Amino acid sequence: MQAVHNRVLLLLWLLGAMAAWQWPLLTHAPNRLVTGVGMTLASCLTGWHVLILIPALLLGVASFVSPRPAREVVVLLACATWLAGLLAVGGDVARTLANTDSSYSRTSFGGGTWALWVLGWLAAADALGRLKLNPRDTVLVALAVLAPGVVLLFSGALAELSVLKEYANRQDVFDAALLRHLAIVAATLVPTLLIGVPLGVAAFRRAGLRGPLFSVLNIIQTIPSIALFGLLIAPLAALAAHVPLLGELGVSGIGVTPAVIALTLYSLLPMARSTTAGLEQVPAAVVEAARGMGLSRRQVFWQVEVPLALPVLLSGLRITTVQAIGLTTVAALIGAGGFGAIMFQGLLSSALDLVLLGAVPVIALAIAADAVFKLLVSLLGARGQ
Amino acid sequence: MIQFEQVGKRFGDFVAVDNLSLRLADGEFTVLIGPSGSGKSTTLKMINRLVEHDQGRILFAGQEIRSFREEDLRRRMGYAIQSIGLFPHWTVAQNIATVPALLKWPKARVAARVEELLHLLGLPPAEFSRRYPHQLSGGQQQRVGVARALAADPEVLLMDEPFGALDPVTRSALQTEIARIHQVSGKAIVLVTHDIDEALLLADRIVMLDRGRVVQDGTPRQILLEPASDFVTSFVGRSEVGLKLLALDQVASRMRQDQHIEGPAITGTATLREALSALIANRTEQLPVVDEHGHTIGSIHVADLLDIAA
Repeated sequence: MQAVHNRVLLLLWLLGAMAAWQWPLLTHAPNRLVTGVGMTLASCLTGWHVLILIPALLLGVASFVSPRPAREVVVLLACATWLAGLLAVGGDVARTLANTDSSYSRTSFGGGTWALWVLGWLAAADALGRLKLNPRDTVLVALAVLAPGVVLLFSGALAELSVLKEYANRQDVFDAALLRHLAIVAATLVPTLLIGVPLGVAAFRRAGLRGPLFSVLNIIQTIPSIALFGLLIAPLAALAAHVPLLGELGVSGIGVTPAVIALTLYSLLPMARSTTAGLEQVPAAVVEAARGMGLSRRQVFWQVEVPLALPVLLSGLRITTVQAIGLTTVAALIGAGGFGAIMFQGLLSSALDLVLLGAVPVIALAIAADAVFKLLVSLLGARGQ
Repeated sequence: MIQFEQVGKRFGDFVAVDNLSLRLADGEFTVLIGPSGSGKSTTLKMINRLVEHDQGRILFAGQEIRSFREEDLRRRMGYAIQSIGLFPHWTVAQNIATVPALLKWPKARVAARVEELLHLLGLPPAEFSRRYPHQLSGGQQQRVGVARALAADPEVLLMDEPFGALDPVTRSALQTEIARIHQVSGKAIVLVTHDIDEALLLADRIVMLDRGRVVQDGTPRQILLEPASDFVTSFVGRSEVGLKLLALDQVASRMRQDQHIEGPAITGTATLREALSALIANRTEQLPVVDEHGHTIGSIHVADLLDIAA
């Protein structure tokens, strides 16, 4: 008889127990600039907070239950409760402390919360993998597991936590950063599609073009982003100076223009490569049959090759989007704005919570974009193949 | 219908087809056969210009095929291939409707035609028309492939090893099916294969190719009885010529209608080869012959099998 049926879950649970024991769940400081004092999980477990031990215990027991779908469902429910519960406990402790201590005091998530959150999410991902759902349902269930935590975030129950206090203080800045960040990503995707897809098609049609094209795009990819931003300053500034019309349109050595150009250059490789790969995996027999049946070259391209290449092409767009969301952060250094600006401001003033206010939304955006594209691909896939 | 006049095709230094002259008649079932690299597939693909010939002339309906627009030419010819090439993102009905849609038939006419073809190929429309190709077995996919090739009522049906990838049972079922479709529709069919039994079973006329040249052009019986060269004899299979001849005729054509005997029966539509096998298996000199309803219609004697050349 095998006692342990899910070693992954058991390992995650043991790591979680160590993290809960060793690392502070929350830190509390008299103001936003000094280093706080850690609070362990045990010290936070007062009143209803004890209830979050229920999902923790369930997860501990689940490793010893033989595999069946019901076990994975219980694990997923426990994970959803656990992830939301951690936030709720943190928010409640922060509120209690804010009422008893001075209003300048700050309560933040400590290493323990982050670790337990990540471990809880990994446990959910493991259970989800074992359920072997189709891709669409996998994405939907994953979103459902995260949903209670997101609801909690917007409910105001976490408002006394330091990160959200930073948000409350900088709401306009945050909203502007969000819009700017999304605008830069969107502005990157348009030229990426307009240039990357035709390049990919050209590489597919002409094998001779493939080597040189991908070599060049590869080299661009290896230039560090800061260096590329820097390299663009001088030529763009000169261009704006010599062509006044461009200057009036907002082209300059720093700001959004070089950011979008650099991000587009980075995006071309994944976009062009996935376009070529997508077209290459269309079965030759299907194309031959289409031609033999009397479809013109254009009809073969639009009615057969493009639809069949679309899933691979979209996964290229997914990589491109996630990459652009991340790289846009760095573009703040040349004055493009976005969440990077908040992050760097936090780094320069040693306000860790401000850094988090910039970093967490970037991660959330990346995960959301990833999920949306995966969902899209799986919906396309469900239609045939 | 289709005429090759001294047609040649080279791929670099390789001569795929050399000085080929052929005339394929209306309504005729022609099988192009030969080993790999004999040019049979190239010959077929030159008809619908998937491969362009570089010498001589190919005429379709009396005109050089280059005088047609490529797409128009192909839409007048059905095309089915070995790997089937169904569009995986389209349903069975959409796949079959490919050419009618290209020809901009009205919707109602397309729907009626799709239904008719699904019936013709033994795929009940209610069950199959909305399925995707990956939800079909290999045999069903090939049926859809044949239905798609027939959809716009083409003047000729081109088939490139259409049954090559199927298991023997499915293949034999589809061979029967295509023979029936040929009889019902009376369409000219050009089929490429390397399987001599398939050729003997289906063809009105066999064109045997080797290294880009025609080595023999004749009926199945001529190929078996008057092989033009050693190559033909060995391709057909030297030791089995007799059995293959027997396979060309049905029991009903040789049976004695006046004699009614007892014993395990054989149907009149079986081949003489099957009759020989049954005679040997039953250790008897004669067998009763029945029709499809099981009524005795005559008998076949082992001596009747010898009269094969007649």
